[in-house]
Amino acid sequence: MWNTVFPYLLSGISVGGQYALIAIGYTMVYGILRLINFAHGDVFMVAGIVMVYLSASGLPLWLVIPMVLIITALIGFVIERVAYKPLRSAPRMSVMISAIGVSYTLQNLVLYVTGGLNKMYPTIPGISETVMVMGAKTKMVTLVTPVLTLVLVVLLVTLINKTKIGMAMRAVSKDFETSQLMGIKINSVISATFVIGSFLAGVGSILYFTNYPTVIQTSGAMPGLKAFVAAVFGGIGSIPGAVLGAFIIGIMENIIKGLDVILFKSGLISAPLGLSTFSDAFTFALLIIILIVKPTGLFGEKTTDKV
Amino acid sequence: MTNQIKQKKVDPAVLLTALIILCVYVGVFIAEQVISPNSMLFTVLKKGATYALVAVSMNLLNGFTGIFSLGQAGFMLIGAYTYAIFTIPVEHRASVYQYFNGGVIQFTLPWFVAMILAGLVAAFFAWLIGLPVLRLKSDYLAIATLGFAEIIRAILQWNQLGPVTNGSNMLRLFPNFNSFNITNAEGKVTVYLSTFVPFLIAGICIALIVLLLHSGYGRAFKSIRDDEIAAEAMGVNLAHHKQLAFCISSFFAGVGGAMLAMYQTTVQAKSFTTAMTYEILLIVVIGGIGSVTGSVLSSFLFVACSEWWLRFLDNEQFIGDFQVPLLRNGFRLVVFSVIIMIVVLFFRRGIMGTRELPDLLRRRRKEAGIK
Amino acid sequence: MKKFVAILLAAMMLLSVSALAENVVKIGVYEPASGDSGAGGKQETLGVQYANLETPTVVIGGEEYKVELVYADNGSSTDKAPSAAQELVSAGVSVVLGSYGSGVSIAGSEYFKNANIPAIGLTCTNPQVTAGNSHYFRVCFLDPFQGTALANYASKALGAKTAYCLGELGNDYDQGLINYFKEAFEGLGGTVIVDAFPTNNADFTSYLTNAEMYGAEVLFCPVSIAYSTLIIQQAASMNLAFPVLGGDTLDSNVVVAAAVGTNIDLTVTTFYQEGANPTFDEGFKAWLNSDATALANNGGNDMISAVSVMGYDGYYMALAALQAAGTTDSAAVMAVLPSMEIDGASGHIVFDENGDAVRNSAFVKKANTATGDWEFVTEQTVE
Repeated sequence: MWNTVFPYLLSGISVGGQYALIAIGYTMVYGILRLINFAHGDVFMVAGIVMVYLSASGLPLWLVIPMVLIITALIGFVIERVAYKPLRSAPRMSVMISAIGVSYTLQNLVLYVTGGLNKMYPTIPGISETVMVMGAKTKMVTLVTPVLTLVLVVLLVTLINKTKIGMAMRAVSKDFETSQLMGIKINSVISATFVIGSFLAGVGSILYFTNYPTVIQTSGAMPGLKAFVAAVFGGIGSIPGAVLGAFIIGIMENIIKGLDVILFKSGLISAPLGLSTFSDAFTFALLIIILIVKPTGLFGEKTTDKV
Repeated sequence: MTNQIKQKKVDPAVLLTALIILCVYVGVFIAEQVISPNSMLFTVLKKGATYALVAVSMNLLNGFTGIFSLGQAGFMLIGAYTYAIFTIPVEHRASVYQYFNGGVIQFTLPWFVAMILAGLVAAFFAWLIGLPVLRLKSDYLAIATLGFAEIIRAILQWNQLGPVTNGSNMLRLFPNFNSFNITNAEGKVTVYLSTFVPFLIAGICIALIVLLLHSGYGRAFKSIRDDEIAAEAMGVNLAHHKQLAFCISSFFAGVGGAMLAMYQTTVQAKSFTTAMTYEILLIVVIGGIGSVTGSVLSSFLFVACSEWWLRFLDNEQFIGDFQVPLLRNGFRLVVFSVIIMIVVLFFRRGIMGTRELPDLLRRRRKEAGIK
Repeated sequence: MKKFVAILLAAMMLLSVSALAENVVKIGVYEPASGDSGAGGKQETLGVQYANLETPTVVIGGEEYKVELVYADNGSSTDKAPSAAQELVSAGVSVVLGSYGSGVSIAGSEYFKNANIPAIGLTCTNPQVTAGNSHYFRVCFLDPFQGTALANYASKALGAKTAYCLGELGNDYDQGLINYFKEAFEGLGGTVIVDAFPTNNADFTSYLTNAEMYGAEVLFCPVSIAYSTLIIQQAASMNLAFPVLGGDTLDSNVVVAAAVGTNIDLTVTTFYQEGANPTFDEGFKAWLNSDATALANNGGNDMISAVSVMGYDGYYMALAALQAAGTTDSAAVMAVLPSMEIDGASGHIVFDENGDAVRNSAFVKKANTATGDWEFVTEQTVE
């Protein structure tokens, strides 16, 4: 039984770590602006495209990777300034529509630039290699992802708890207006949030596309939605919650893909049922259940440091 | 405005509106007999009518009741499938359901029965989904309805349901808009109705929505949008009215889905993605959230631009020997996105704001009076 | 404001009925230029373009006509297909070529039918494209044949007993070919497990694990180029022990490039083998190397894709029909098409009663993962 489930678990942990890095961006932005940033998944995809074009230009990899991360962070910053800041006093629905508009724009821009064709993602030496883990074969990136994710999360939590900007973030997320009255520069805090969120999405995109090496304009949509579900699942506003939620969703999704095999091997069904059709839908079912049963997610809003 | 309707004297602006609408219908009918049926004009009119209905149904929820739902594509999908499944002629079922021995359904319903059924099935699912979901707050509601649309899509693609839904495969060969054309014995078309009938269907549905908005229910919906707590204090049953608005909107989305199936001549679950919902939402926003006229106008504008007027942006163009820069596949969509972002950011009220066609006519008349 | 709209509308109506220029015949190229099959669609279009370059005019009814290619991108998706089809119809084309991919061909079919325009399918192999209609024709072989050929190869040449088939949900090409493969493979005494992934899926590791878990001895994945490159790369990184089989879509330089440097055993069936018609090969390669855009559309090198050959043959079939009809009227072209015969680069083409080319052989090719070339294995025939 273990031998049957383990490979799926491994795939799930890998993809879960990548979702986690996207989910943090969602949860931070929601914590501060109460905005579902629908464009976040597309920022993740644009990071992939930037990587493709930069590495095609012949620059060395050690230069390309930091450039990708900086450009991605910059894109996040610009999106906030152009599309969300003018709507600060508008109803929440307007901001959400603006986010959908940004998502639409980013996808169409990439469609235009790439001609709507899949772009091959460059291989990154060191993390593209294949390794054996407890009898299952996988890429090195599978092992790197969870470790890197955890390191980044620890760094981020430290930043939020120990630094001045972190304290400002916490204050803004607790009470937007009061913190403004207390002299916190709201706009720079919000910009910092977007920069951090996009930076992490950039890291996530490098890991994700190394694993699944083609990028097209729609590549960001599904991972984006799933990461958002992960953020809600873990309790929106909570970073550890988002990370845990992402791993759970990543693992469950891959278990569903292999559910036919697992049931078949354990003798519960005699023929495959095609349950892998539900690998995406399951994520949303989970979302609806959690929204109805415990809308605050796994980690209630009070107990964790909210950003 | 509703007060004015109730006055015994009929408001001339309303009368004028009715006249304009009548002219549009007569115009469509005549155009169809005169102009070649292959013209892009009719594609735009057919698809525009379909989108107008869907956009108005979404506006009923998002603009008039204040429920931010992103499940439109899911309900359209249900409508499209219900329509297609029940209208594929029995003799074609073996070829459509080729992997499922012709499927289990071996009868055909008339198209209008199937269309109403499409709406009813969509409304039924809306009712089921509404029970748990409508309690949620604005953006949680949005994401939950979006999730349901994805779940519906997966269920309809499931191979085990293949004898009914044809699994993930295409449904086709059902009656489409061209079936409305009246032909003579030799198969030659004598009266073209392939654009007129969809206009009629969409028109009737939108008229029903307008009537609903002007009834007591409509006022209750608007009061929920403006202030939920106040509405409840005034005795509006929130749960009941939200559920009602959700089901009615989904009914028309279902009918719109059936029309989309007829327009496309084939349907397949995989094309009803969240991108489709976003597109309809953007149409509503461009038209003006809370304006039926706006949604209708922007649907036709949107379809005309994307299918026809802006098509040239996607192809390389030469003026003499000079190649116009930037023009290539996908540029149309970039231009589109920019327009949409400008509307979203700077013209948040859209084309019409919350005004309707009679309001426009009334204002113009007043100005004339002053002169 | 309303007046402006009215005037604009009126102007557009006039434009739409603008008369055709004299002595130009339009051929619609209904191919994906974007989406999952965009790379394949572009290669197919290249064949048409090359043929058009070679023979830019045609004599119809004693007068010389310039052939104008009208392109419409169906975006590899069935929901964008109606717009593209309608675009060609309203452009007034006499005959349509395409498409790459059966789903989009079926989705556009009704529009061509209503406008009385014949369509010549180039590489859409699903029988449903031409079945039960009189306006769709095709120059390539069909899936029942291709599926059987592949099943025979898997069972006899590879000695496989269990096959794992993976296709995209709702893709008529994938599902159709898998269906015929399954029938034939089971008929040969094998076991088939069918699985499907949702559109836009990028993570195939779990599906590949499924294949291993079921004890598959061959993986059959007749999917779009975009998905097949992902599958091949992920299969390579998992060191899969079993060979991978594909249909004609996998016969692409993009796919073989993904397999270079791995130990994947990749075999495909296809329409054409480089070298079968040296004159065509030479000319086509010379053109590719002289035209930078064409070379880029071919995936960056001058390897000849079988779909380009089909595009080339389809164009000449269209010209032959136009000549025979003696007019640019699409209905007349449709009337003569069933009796057309040509000697194309891929062999002699003649239509059967369904409008399908009569073909009884497919080329089996294997990817050479060291050089990045396709190597000829055998020519599979079915009686």
